[in-house]
Amino acid sequence: MDVTLRKIAKEFGSTAALHELSLDIRSGELIALLGPSGSGKTTLLRLIAGLETPSAGTVMFGEEDAARRPVQDRRVGFVFQHYALFRHMTVLENVSFGLSVRPRASRPTASETRRRALELLDFVQLPGLGGRYPAQLSGGQRQRVALARALAIEPRVLLLDEPFGALDAQVRRDLRRWLREVHDRTGHTTIFVTHDQEEAMELADRVVVMSQGRIEQVGTPDEIHDAPASAFVHGFIGESVKLPVEIGQGIIRHAGRPLGLRAHGRGASTLYFRPHEISRIVSPGEGLSGTVVSYRRVGGLRRVELALGPDDGERVEIDIPAGEQVSTGDTITFRPTNWRLYPEPAADEGHRPLEVKYA
Amino acid sequence: MGTPAPAVRAPVWRFRKPGIIPGFRLAMTVTLVWLVVMILVPLSGIFFQSASLGWEKFAALAMDRRTLAALGISFSSAFIAALVNLVFGTLVAWVLVRYRFPGRRVVDALVDLPFALPTAVAGIALTALYAPNGWVGGLLEPLGIRISYTQAGIVLALIFVGLPFVVRTVQPVMEEIDKEVEEASATLGAGRFQTVARVLLPSLTPALLTGFALALARGVGEYGSVIFIAGNIPYASEIAPLLIVIRLEEFNYPAATAIAAMMLAISFSMLLLINWVQARSRKRYGHAV
Repeated sequence: MDVTLRKIAKEFGSTAALHELSLDIRSGELIALLGPSGSGKTTLLRLIAGLETPSAGTVMFGEEDAARRPVQDRRVGFVFQHYALFRHMTVLENVSFGLSVRPRASRPTASETRRRALELLDFVQLPGLGGRYPAQLSGGQRQRVALARALAIEPRVLLLDEPFGALDAQVRRDLRRWLREVHDRTGHTTIFVTHDQEEAMELADRVVVMSQGRIEQVGTPDEIHDAPASAFVHGFIGESVKLPVEIGQGIIRHAGRPLGLRAHGRGASTLYFRPHEISRIVSPGEGLSGTVVSYRRVGGLRRVELALGPDDGERVEIDIPAGEQVSTGDTITFRPTNWRLYPEPAADEGHRPLEVKYA
Repeated sequence: MGTPAPAVRAPVWRFRKPGIIPGFRLAMTVTLVWLVVMILVPLSGIFFQSASLGWEKFAALAMDRRTLAALGISFSSAFIAALVNLVFGTLVAWVLVRYRFPGRRVVDALVDLPFALPTAVAGIALTALYAPNGWVGGLLEPLGIRISYTQAGIVLALIFVGLPFVVRTVQPVMEEIDKEVEEASATLGAGRFQTVARVLLPSLTPALLTGFALALARGVGEYGSVIFIAGNIPYASEIAPLLIVIRLEEFNYPAATAIAAMMLAISFSMLLLINWVQARSRKRYGHAV
């Protein structure tokens, strides 16, 4: 089922939770809504579910305007962060609930309902736990029950609100992989909300990065990481180094020193690059130069914190091979190989990069 | 995947290890002494009194027709009133918890009035209203409906005094209901009525039972508000607590204690039953029992 959002907006009182935005989700896609808290990602999910009504705009399920249907009739499977299981019902009753509340005409028989619920419990790898109450299950098991309950209504869209947010790291990783499998086997259009970029990048076909009620970028994990559309995305996804620079006569300078990078335009700007995308090969008198303040081992690399300039000026972090030994006070000179320029921060309109350079 | 919580275990009869927080012995001692002095000693006094009657004499007194009629009226009226309060008290609690309207605080305070008012005042007010020459009674009289001086009047008075018990026990639990549970029910296709009947009410069961038990207990023991409106006609509208007072005034202490012992036994077994039902429903939610 395609889901199409057209110029949708949501205000709570006088504050705008979502500014006008549009989004196309293709049938069978696995989409992550990623952003910090307060970015409007959960509001967007709840609008799609029908748990909130938009202040403006339309939500389309396929060719049908979903706004005309109340949440009961939308057939969306919704999984809550804190499971929201019915605690006075057994696991089996929870999973059967969606079928047993159908109008009499379309309600399956009791034995058919039971058969399908048991089948779903097998599917979510909880066979034999149908007689338990939610209080007798672990967090990961509860979330599986919640998913089985949502799948039981054969949803047109599956929506998950921070589905792994309340679980510990190991369980999160297991469930993440497992959710991907579930998605691939059922083929449901799936949208999930998360603030964990690792989760979004690992799991989703496409990631929607949100900030302050706006969509910053929509793209595959590669696109989001390698071609961030805004300073926010660059800073939010992965590791970033951010440095104020000036541009003049086609040259980028930091604190008066040329970086050995070329760009059009003039005036103040902000340079973003990844700590590991640097080169130590620079022409004399060019590049960023700093003294080592501290260093630590990060995976296969050594992360070095440098103070640029004499009097403990700007601090930046770069990655160098772990085999290379450094000590505090050493001078290191480098230049970014892969970088982007964005206008001075807080220049609200022009989030777009001025200049992009790939080595 | 973590290990599942253990299934509910059979109770083991031993003191729970008090842990490192001090004061267990002191607190437990005070609790026991207090309960014995304040509750157990007076109540066992009734049993010793009635026991001194001897079984046959006790049975004769307890099985007296007038006594049985009074007990029947007391318990059936309290039961009906508690049921009515269960329904309407839940409704009141729902309105107070779920809706924001001008004057909500006033309504909220109003609920407590039956707690605060001397019950005799309530009894007199109700009698004035429902007596055949009162405002409401005067309207009902031509229709052939009598409230005052019948069991209906007793039930009415008990509804009045019992209402706050249900509202005040259900209200806080209702406030705790997770909104997401209702939303989950809605996304699964349940209509509003189905959500209320199948999701919300069952999760309130323990609180509803407590409220019902409190209202019932209060109704059984109520005296002040009832005696005015009841008319106290033996075999028709005479409640057991009043009969005890009547026997006392006749210096018929054995009969008074016999009725008291009967009331005590019935009340205790009722509360025990309700507690048992409650413990069962609590177990489901995984609470420690």
